[in-house]
Amino acid sequence: MGSRASTLLREEEIEEIKKETGFSHSQITRLYSRFTSLDKGENGTLSREDFQRIPELAINPLGDRIINAFFPESEDQVNFRGFMRTLAHFRPIEDNEKNKNPTAGEPLNSRTNKLLFAFRLYDLDRDDKISRDELLQVLRMMVGVNISDEQLGSIADRTIQEADTNGDNSISFNEFIKVLEKVDVEQKMSIRFLH
Amino acid sequence: MEEFWAGALWALRIWLYLIVGLIMIPAMFGFSLGISETYMRVLMKTLEWATLKIQKANTEEKTLKPSASNGVIQREYGSMEKELGELRRSRPKPPVGGDFTLSDCFYFTRKGIESIVEDEVTQRFTSEELVSWNLLTRTNNDFQYISLRLTLVYGLGIFVRYCILAPLRITLACIGLTWLVIGTSAVGLLPNSRVKSWLSEWVHVMCYRICARGLSAAIRYHNRENKPKKGGICVANHTSPIDIVILCNDGCYAMVGQVHGGLMGVVQRAMVRSCPHVWFERSEMKDRHLVTNRLKDHVSDKTKLPILIFPEGTCINNTSVMMFKKGSFEIGGTIYPVAMKYDPKFGDAFWNSSKHSMVSYLLRMMTSWAIVCNVWYLPAMHQQEGEDAVQFANRVKSAIAHQGGLVDLQWDGGLKRAKVKNTFKEWEQKKYSSMVVGDDSSSNSD
Repeated sequence: MGSRASTLLREEEIEEIKKETGFSHSQITRLYSRFTSLDKGENGTLSREDFQRIPELAINPLGDRIINAFFPESEDQVNFRGFMRTLAHFRPIEDNEKNKNPTAGEPLNSRTNKLLFAFRLYDLDRDDKISRDELLQVLRMMVGVNISDEQLGSIADRTIQEADTNGDNSISFNEFIKVLEKVDVEQKMSIRFLH
Repeated sequence: MEEFWAGALWALRIWLYLIVGLIMIPAMFGFSLGISETYMRVLMKTLEWATLKIQKANTEEKTLKPSASNGVIQREYGSMEKELGELRRSRPKPPVGGDFTLSDCFYFTRKGIESIVEDEVTQRFTSEELVSWNLLTRTNNDFQYISLRLTLVYGLGIFVRYCILAPLRITLACIGLTWLVIGTSAVGLLPNSRVKSWLSEWVHVMCYRICARGLSAAIRYHNRENKPKKGGICVANHTSPIDIVILCNDGCYAMVGQVHGGLMGVVQRAMVRSCPHVWFERSEMKDRHLVTNRLKDHVSDKTKLPILIFPEGTCINNTSVMMFKKGSFEIGGTIYPVAMKYDPKFGDAFWNSSKHSMVSYLLRMMTSWAIVCNVWYLPAMHQQEGEDAVQFANRVKSAIAHQGGLVDLQWDGGLKRAKVKNTFKEWEQKKYSSMVVGDDSSSNSD
C-alpha cells in the first residue's frame, strides 16, 4: 500500500530519461505516477486499452491516431521510457535550447520533430508519404458522417494540390514542412508542463 | 493467576464504563463533553507543526517540488473555433469547397496529449493528492525521514491510531450497529403511531451518533434552517458510504437503494421494520418506471421522512461533482440540495470501491486521524417552468459544486466502469465539420 510511484523509479532511470527527453526530475516523477495510475494491468506498461479508458481521449476524433503514436513499431505495449519519449515531443522549446550546440543532435521537441509527429498522424501506412487515400481516411475520422464523400474528396484533392510540388499526387515530409512553414508549430504543438 | 484474571476483568469493566459514560450517553442525548474538540485541536497543532518542519526541510534540500499545486500541466481551454482560427490565420480561406488545413490536426493532437497527461475524469476516481504530508503513509507522499523528532511523532501517531483509537472505534462501531439492529427491530414491533415514528427516529439518530463517534467525525453543519423537510428529496454529492452517517447525525432520512447481502442486508432488514426506507431488489432496480412510482408514492405522503439520494450514482474523490442522473429529478416534489466537503488533511474519506472492500475501507477510516466534514444545507429548489429534468439536475449540481468548492463536471460518474458513449465523439466530429464546411445546413446541400 505504501509503495508509491516515486519509490519504484530508480534514480539512474530518472537521470537517463532526463537526458533523453529534457524533462525535469519532478516532472518525471509526477508523470510516472500518472503512468502507473493509467496502468490498470499493473505490469509496468500501457496497452491501447489503457489509453482508451481516458474518456476525453476516447471522444477525440483523432484519439486512435494519437494513441498509435505511442506504439511506433506496432507493438501492443509501451513502457515508461517510450511513454516519456512520445510526450517529450510536446515540451515547449525553451530559449536556451534554441541556440544549443547543433552537434548535440536534434532534441525530441524540435520544430521538425513536432511536425514529424503530426505528419505521422496522416501517414497511416508509414511509407513517409501522405497519399490521397490516407488523407481521406484521416479526414473521415475528423468529420465523421457529417460531410459527403464528394465534398471530402474535393477537400483532399485541393489540399494535396496545394502541397504537392513534385507532382506525385501525394505529400512528402518535406512538402509537409513547406506548406506549414508559416504556422506557429512551436506553440501549437506544445503543452505547458509545470516545473 | 486468579489475580491476573480479576485484574483483566476489572480493566475491561472500567473500559466499558468509560465508553458508556463518556461516549454512549452523550451520543444518546446528542451533547458533547468536548473531548473530541480537544483531540481535534491537538491534532491541528501537531499537523501544522509537522507541515512547518517538512517545509523547512524541503527548502534546505531544494530537491522537492514547490508544492503550490499538484498539477503536471497547465491546460489551455481555448474553444475549437478560437484554436482552429489561430491555426488557419496564416492562410487565406479558400473560396469554395470547405475550409481545411493540414495543421487542423494540431488542435486535436494537443488536446489528446493533454488528456493523456492529465484528464478531468479518471483522476476523480483515485484518491485526492495532498499538498503536504499528514503523517499517514497511505497518502501520495510516502513516509519521509525529515528529523528525529518528526519520526518520533509519526511513531507516536501510529501507536495512538492503531492501539488506542482503532480498538475504541471498532468497539463503538460494533455497539452502534448492534444497537441499530436491536433498536429498530424492537421499535418495529410497536403498532404504527406517532410514538413509533418518534422512537424510530430517536433510535436511528442515536446509532448514527455512536457510529460517527466511532469514526471520530467532526461535522460542521451550515445553514440549518434549510434542513430537508418531510415529503421532500434530499440530494447530495457522494464520496463514500460514510456520507449517510454524516447526514443522519443531524436528522433522519428515508434511504433508497439496492438490497444488499451479508452484514448490510441484516442492517437494512432491521431498519425497514421501523421506518419506511425504500429498498429495491436488484431486478426491480432495472425497471425505472417502478422505481419512480414507488418514490413518487413516498414523496406524496407528507408524513414520511425526506428521501436521501446520491444522484451521481458512484463515489467521487470529493474534489468535484459529476453528472447527476436525471431519475431523481423526475419524481417531482421539493429538492433539498446538500453539499458535503471532507477535509482531506485528516484522512481520505473517498471509497475507491474498485480497490478496497467495504471492511478494509472502514478499517482504513478507523485508523485515520479523524473525519472532518462540512455540510451545507442549500435552500430548497423546484423545477422551473420550461425546464426539463436534465437541466434541473444540472442547476442543482452547479449549486452544490459552488457551495462545496468542488469542480462542476459534465462527465458521467458511470465512466468509472463503463466506456464513454460514441455520441460524444460524434458531437465533436459534428462541431469540427461545421467549421470545415461553414454552416451545418450547407453540409448536405453541397
